[in-house]
Amino acid sequence: MVRVFLPAHLRTLAHVRDEVQLEIQGPATQRSILDALEAAYPALRGTIRDHVTQQRRPFLRFFACEQDYSHESPDAPLPEAIASGAEPFMIIGAIAGG
Amino acid sequence: MSKVRVLVGTRKGAFILTSDGKRQNWEVSGPHFAGWEMYHLKASPADPNRIYASQTSGWFGQIIQRSNDGGKTWETPGGGPTGPTGPGGMPQGESNKFVYDTSGKDGKPLTTHQWYDGTQHPWEFKRVWHLEPSLTDPDTVYAGIEDAALFRSSDGGQSWKELPGLRGHGTGPEWQPGAGGMCLHTIILDPSNPKRIYIAISAAGAFRTDDGGQSWKPINQGLRSQYIPDPNAEIGHCVHHVAMHPSRPGVLFMQKHWDVMRSDDAGDSWHEVSGNLPTDFGFVIDVHAHEPETIYVVPIKSDSEHFPPEGKLRVYRSRSGGNQWEPLTKGLPQSDCYVNVLRDAMAVDSLDKCGIYFGTTGGQVYASADAGDSWTPIVRDLPAVLSVETQTIAG
Repeated sequence: MVRVFLPAHLRTLAHVRDEVQLEIQGPATQRSILDALEAAYPALRGTIRDHVTQQRRPFLRFFACEQDYSHESPDAPLPEAIASGAEPFMIIGAIAGG
Repeated sequence: MSKVRVLVGTRKGAFILTSDGKRQNWEVSGPHFAGWEMYHLKASPADPNRIYASQTSGWFGQIIQRSNDGGKTWETPGGGPTGPTGPGGMPQGESNKFVYDTSGKDGKPLTTHQWYDGTQHPWEFKRVWHLEPSLTDPDTVYAGIEDAALFRSSDGGQSWKELPGLRGHGTGPEWQPGAGGMCLHTIILDPSNPKRIYIAISAAGAFRTDDGGQSWKPINQGLRSQYIPDPNAEIGHCVHHVAMHPSRPGVLFMQKHWDVMRSDDAGDSWHEVSGNLPTDFGFVIDVHAHEPETIYVVPIKSDSEHFPPEGKLRVYRSRSGGNQWEPLTKGLPQSDCYVNVLRDAMAVDSLDKCGIYFGTTGGQVYASADAGDSWTPIVRDLPAVLSVETQTIAG
């Protein structure tokens, strides 16, 4: 079971109040987590990564165990603490004024 | 008694303002989608409870929302009401997907367009600027997007398909964005001819189809723009908004970047009707619901200031289809006012007397229940207003 932390606007869109918990297929990677997230909450499709290119939206970052994985391969394994659910996979929106 | 619903899109959410036919006391609902940019909300003429909304964000992209109860509750089309129901009731996410046509042999979007520096640039979807529901079918709705293209949904917004004839008709590679981006911001459906649609793009110009969107032609003859290399070019004009009265679908009124224009032949030719306006720059233009020759604009000072001349917020009305204009000031601030009124932020109701509404970047929504003679703010302190639409609902 993987835990995913979403920005507030995406929690509202997905109608969840807190972290999301997901079962994933295979190793925990950015892609496997996002695939599972979008399958469970299809309203989030296109909001985190582009519908067509599957590229991360530029104002979002992916953090795991206090490390920035945004520029890592989407298929690179994430730490065991993410795979086990000990730590959440965090999707963070850039902080900006306005 | 009839009632009026005013749909307001702002930089930080949507608001729905409701009143009875007297239009004196207003109920304010919102913010809906708090914190999101709401570019446009518009209701179906065929079903007043069906409202479409464009919800967008620089962080999270585009979301299409739909209401089936006049804006009380909303859903992302495709999965039923998105209450706190969990994954089982969630939609499939296709309603947010706007993918340019790639049916050509190279599998790429049709053409490229001109970038600010004159080089060619690929089409990149950014957001939906305008939603135009069908006049007859609540499940059919058109979307004008940035980078400029026209999409249509025939399943209530669940899925979208481009009408590629517009970008592909020949001048697409010459289209260039204006300062606000290359947006398709105006969609007008001809009530007398379901095959005829007008659209307008900043800064490409106006276009018309007479075959339901398969083929398009530029309709910019008579427009003159001093700021482009050929002031009389076929395309490249920064059209800000176009309006039509449903009883005379061949007569169009245009607020261009500069110049207020009129066409009496469905856009085939245009002539200027700026007349005695204090400035012919502005964004909005609209037509009285019962007087097809009565039109409204809000002159704005340009080129970079984009606020009312002399700090006086004035709506100008022409009862002669242009050229002769009168300022309407009663109830509007006549000193120290430096707001803007954006292109989709004026609308009329169809009561008698005709109601006129507009929203400002300062967060005010002004209403006139007497065709513009006097004005009252419905709300004063909303986020910057991006769009205003109305519904007149029979009692």
